[in-house]
Amino acid sequence: MDRYAEIAQHVQNGYSERARKAVEAALAEGCPAERVLKEGLIAGMEVVAAKFKSGQMFLPEVLAVAGAMKAGMELVKPLLVAARHEPLGKVVLGTVRGDMHDIGKNLVAIMLQGAGFDVVDLGTDVRVEKFIDAIEREHPDVVGMSALLTTTMVHMKTVIEALKQRDLRAHVKVIVGGAPISKNFASEIGADGYARDAATAVDVVKELLNSR
Amino acid sequence: MRKRFNSLTLGADALLFGVAGTPLRRNGVLIGGGKVLPEIKFTLPPMSIEDTPAMEIEAMYREIVTAVCERAVHLGQQSVVVEFELLPPMTVDPPMGESITSLIAGILAEFRTSHGLQSLLRITPVDIREQNKPPQRRRGRETELLLESFRRCARAGADLLSIESTGGKEVTDQAIMAADVRGILFGTVVLGCADMEFLWEKIVRVARETGTVPAGDTACGIGNTAMVLADQGYIPRVFAAVVRAVTAVRSLVAYEVGAAGPGKDCGYENAILKAITGLPMSMEGKSAACAHLSPVGNIAGCYADLWSNESVQNIKLLAGMAPVVSMEQLVYDCRLMNVAAGRGEGRRLRDWFSESDAGLDPQAFILSPRAVEALARAIVSEQDDYRRGVAVAVKAVDLLREGLSKQHLLLSEREQEWLTRIEHTVSELPSDSMGFIAEERPKWKDHVNYGEYGIPDDV
Ligand code: B1M
Repeated sequence: MDRYAEIAQHVQNGYSERARKAVEAALAEGCPAERVLKEGLIAGMEVVAAKFKSGQMFLPEVLAVAGAMKAGMELVKPLLVAARHEPLGKVVLGTVRGDMHDIGKNLVAIMLQGAGFDVVDLGTDVRVEKFIDAIEREHPDVVGMSALLTTTMVHMKTVIEALKQRDLRAHVKVIVGGAPISKNFASEIGADGYARDAATAVDVVKELLNSR
Repeated sequence: MRKRFNSLTLGADALLFGVAGTPLRRNGVLIGGGKVLPEIKFTLPPMSIEDTPAMEIEAMYREIVTAVCERAVHLGQQSVVVEFELLPPMTVDPPMGESITSLIAGILAEFRTSHGLQSLLRITPVDIREQNKPPQRRRGRETELLLESFRRCARAGADLLSIESTGGKEVTDQAIMAADVRGILFGTVVLGCADMEFLWEKIVRVARETGTVPAGDTACGIGNTAMVLADQGYIPRVFAAVVRAVTAVRSLVAYEVGAAGPGKDCGYENAILKAITGLPMSMEGKSAACAHLSPVGNIAGCYADLWSNESVQNIKLLAGMAPVVSMEQLVYDCRLMNVAAGRGEGRRLRDWFSESDAGLDPQAFILSPRAVEALARAIVSEQDDYRRGVAVAVKAVDLLREGLSKQHLLLSEREQEWLTRIEHTVSELPSDSMGFIAEERPKWKDHVNYGEYGIPDDV
């Protein structure tokens, strides 16, 4: 097994310490940080994400894997930053104004991070100004909004309108989700994507970024 | 002053829908006195409350309540309970919640006079203390506004005071995702119970001052989050079952400080609370599928004194508006239960409710009458909240293990592995709460403001 496959295997097994050591060894042997990330850490996580999506793994098991990925990432990240490596993409996430339901959004954040995206989680009850400020500050590729109440889902549209008013809409893709949200609603309010669950959210974000 | 239960009021044989140990009688409505009544609830369709004139919102509530009452009358239903679940903007603006409460109470009074429809109004303000991170549970403006919301709604014509309180959720949110039993115990019985005691003493005081009934709480944010996550395949069902059992310790506190029922519909732990307290309980099951899915659609009916549909948004379906459709479903469900009970066949129907769900999911399995009695006994065998939590978690695991070995419960291999893991964790829990708190406290310090739970810094 090569180094990359070894790292991927430790990540898949959720072995944080072994993953960290394998990354350390790979970097010491001169393996490029970018390949360690893509062919080791992310590759391992992708296998897990696929198993999770098809119902073969539970979330707590995925979280253990995410811990192993994080342990490796801590070593790789400074090197990637120094090499000005472009991350896969950045996503700003939040549950909209007036809504405190956060588990669904948290799951989306976990899955996106696991897939290698940078995630800025704004939390719950996020007002339009807070979304705009974060977008202006973080320059994300995608903004994701979650809503669980029929009386808060409408605030998603307000955010999209505000993005248009600030000339930010062309720079950022919008994805929405949550129990009352449907594909139809997403297109009605002018979002670019809708995902019915956290695993699909990763696919949708990837598709949106590929289509740019 | 909290008075802890140390014995059961109703054993498995006495647990039956429509029958409480201590029925509640108010304004011509009898709950738990032999008949199951519908508890109808509703919410607004997609719309922004902030951007809609108050008059329009009130008109919508008028339309909903009038329509559900008309349907009840049309179907010959004599008593109903209506729940007004406030939305966040209606709780942070207490006069707004008050005004809608008053409007609904007025409509109910009209139907009482014009059609003889007896009714009670339950109000449920939102636990807005969640809004700060970490949440401020005791001090702060949100706590004041929340209590003000209770006061105003109570004076505006509410009968029953309820809440879906969220104390401990800052820990359980993460513990649920990680299937962390220790985190569940810490959030639910250490933090959750401390918060329940604080909050419910205040709600009971409001009820006394306003002549209303402090009805009950639910650990929805813990038990139902776990249930929905398990349903979506994210966490093991056996874990969600243990979480449910533990939530009973938390929700019980309301009754120990003076709540009188009926317990809040989405607390499936109400089954266990009915056994302990004998107070009437609201339950929801198959007819709440409009709001969320569950593995306990029938079995929940075993314990229902009120039978609820959960908050359904006011949208048009072919037959009519969704709350009207719900009212019809509830009325028919109640009729069947009441006819069965009237013919002395209530137990038989109860057992069918139980049998049709119990073997298929561990969350249903622990809600069968025998299991409920065993869980309730485990809780009252201890007086300390933490020890109660451990006792009921151990009992839940034992029941599942027994069900599995006798082939009364179906569990996939993955679920069985998790049962073993959980079994292992609960068997290693410290026996005293001080030791446990000392171990867990540092893990959650970034998420919890311990002062807001009255937990001193030096524990
Ligand atoms: C960016 O891209 C994306 C992509 C995909 C995305 C996405 C974003 N966001 C989500 N997804 C998707 O991926 C996730 C993973 O697969 C999924 O996320 P979900 O969030 O759907 O799923 C989670 C993994 C698990 N699901 C959940 O945790 C929600 C379950 C239910 C039962 C629920 C719970 C547990 C809670 N609640 Co609330 N709650 C309900 C829920 C019923 C339901 N049908 O959803 C609902 C949403 N609640 C409701 C209500 C009314 C309320 N709740 C309230 C409070 C709570 C609790 C705090 C007690 C708790 C919160 C738990 C938490 N940590 O978030 C109050 C409001 C609080 C507030 N300010 O927001 C309160 C107003 C009740 C009150 N009076 O106190 C109802 C809304 C009715 C409506 N039509 O608007 C409700 C449908 C319940 C019901 N009637 O059965 C997908 O939707």
